[in-house]
Amino acid sequence: MNIYVKLAYTFLGLMIVLNWGMLMGATMRKIGARVAGRHGIPFKQPWIDLFKNIGVRTTITHGIMYYIGPVFRLTGGVGLFLFMPAVFSGSPYGIWTNFSFEGDLILILYFQVFGMLGMALGAGEGGHPYAAMGIARGLAQHAAVELPLTLAFLSIAIQYDTFSVYKIVEAQQGGFQNWVLFTNPFAAAAVILAMLGALGHSPFNLVKAPNEILIGPATEYEGSYLGFMQSAGAIIHVMEAMLFMNLVFGGATNWFELILKTFLIYFWSVFVGIVFPRFKIEQSVTWFFKVPLLLGVLAILMYSF
Amino acid sequence: MSELDLNDKVSEMLAKSEANVIKSEKTFIHPEDEVREVVAPDGSIIKINPIYDYFSGERPQEEKPRGGIVEKFLNWARSESIWVLGFGTGCGSIEIPPLVTPRFDMFRFGIQMRPTPRQSNAFIISGYLSVKTLKRVIRTYEQMPAPKYVIALGSCTINGGMYYDSYSTINRLDKYIPVDVYIAGCMPRPEALIAGFVKLKELIKEGKAEKANEYARNFDEYKANQKKIIKDWSMPDYNW
Repeated sequence: MNIYVKLAYTFLGLMIVLNWGMLMGATMRKIGARVAGRHGIPFKQPWIDLFKNIGVRTTITHGIMYYIGPVFRLTGGVGLFLFMPAVFSGSPYGIWTNFSFEGDLILILYFQVFGMLGMALGAGEGGHPYAAMGIARGLAQHAAVELPLTLAFLSIAIQYDTFSVYKIVEAQQGGFQNWVLFTNPFAAAAVILAMLGALGHSPFNLVKAPNEILIGPATEYEGSYLGFMQSAGAIIHVMEAMLFMNLVFGGATNWFELILKTFLIYFWSVFVGIVFPRFKIEQSVTWFFKVPLLLGVLAILMYSF
Repeated sequence: MSELDLNDKVSEMLAKSEANVIKSEKTFIHPEDEVREVVAPDGSIIKINPIYDYFSGERPQEEKPRGGIVEKFLNWARSESIWVLGFGTGCGSIEIPPLVTPRFDMFRFGIQMRPTPRQSNAFIISGYLSVKTLKRVIRTYEQMPAPKYVIALGSCTINGGMYYDSYSTINRLDKYIPVDVYIAGCMPRPEALIAGFVKLKELIKEGKAEKANEYARNFDEYKANQKKIIKDWSMPDYNW
């Protein structure tokens, strides 16, 4: 396929993912509101917030890294989309496999952290003490989440003998009994538990806890920087859900399936978040080091002997 | 650029920014905020000015609206997405929490609470305002990005209310910061607060909520009023 056509399709896919991420975020907030007995925000609220933020007239600056932080975060989200197959079409050169290549799982693991580190640098330059506190908590929790998650990913990679997300999706085709959820239950369980931390909802949302430490790393961000971060957040949420969908839940063969599966995966973290109150950071870190880590180690041991 | 040149440039910029701000005769500076010289780890002597080192000393500028259909669209977006700073100044702040409960539910109207001034565009002054709090209110108001709106809740912000002869509270809020919407009463119920928000939305949509520009235009007047009443003025003249 012509590279320009491919780029155009990838850009279109990115736009779909961005808008789906915003709609999904609004839907989840609406669900939370309904549980509390409220009507909640209108579905169009994320778009209005985005336009409002772009229309802010005065902005401040704290230096170059302060500008680059949100760009890093958006790069992390877009990078995840670029190098991960979105819709499985039976051919590695299909329209929606994007720029997926052999060994993209390693790159995706890297991109997961990339946005967060960029934000840490940007918010660090903002100089606000609450931002620094949010970063410290965010990185501590992320380290605890990454350990079981990486062990589970490695187990899946050993199981299928490949680091290509496309091949892992391909191996799971032909019915739900072929999903990693059933062929490698320990890895799937580790992913399902660790995913709660990766998606960052309650009980694992102390990083941006509005009542305890303001809004976390984004304390000093305003206007279009905040708009940037909002769009990046919407993309990253879909991307995280898409990564777990590809690795554990059999991938998607069309956009409808992708939207349904990402919705259910994201809903799982919102469901847990509505039921359970927020953890303190030491509680959440120790929680990830117990059952999810044990499951991750078991998943590795299962395929090591 | 060598380190010395950089030092010169910084002190030059510092002098420039100091020249831009109005000097008041009665300015009070805390001892720890005074300009002083310190010895850096490498032995060089540097001049530090704790108040201005962390803030921009520049005066606020008027930001003209773009005009036309773009501004109309942005005004619509601004009116449908009002982010309120969670800062309770007086007894009226007890009327704000009910707004997030199922009975009143302000999220329906696109009104949300934000915990930081950098991300908010509406500031509720809830009831009486003591001189001590006024200082914090000014700092916070100036940190908010334009366009920004102020809602004055309760009679105390209009004429002092029941605290009209108090030694420690101010009587008229709009002498110190520009106010967009007044909500009269002691205390107004949450419904009144929502009605105030609806009024503010109308003003924004009509393009009449440009008080941030008014503050920039009449900056000297507002600063003079503020300095008249705040005795321990130990902060920059403009708190970006």
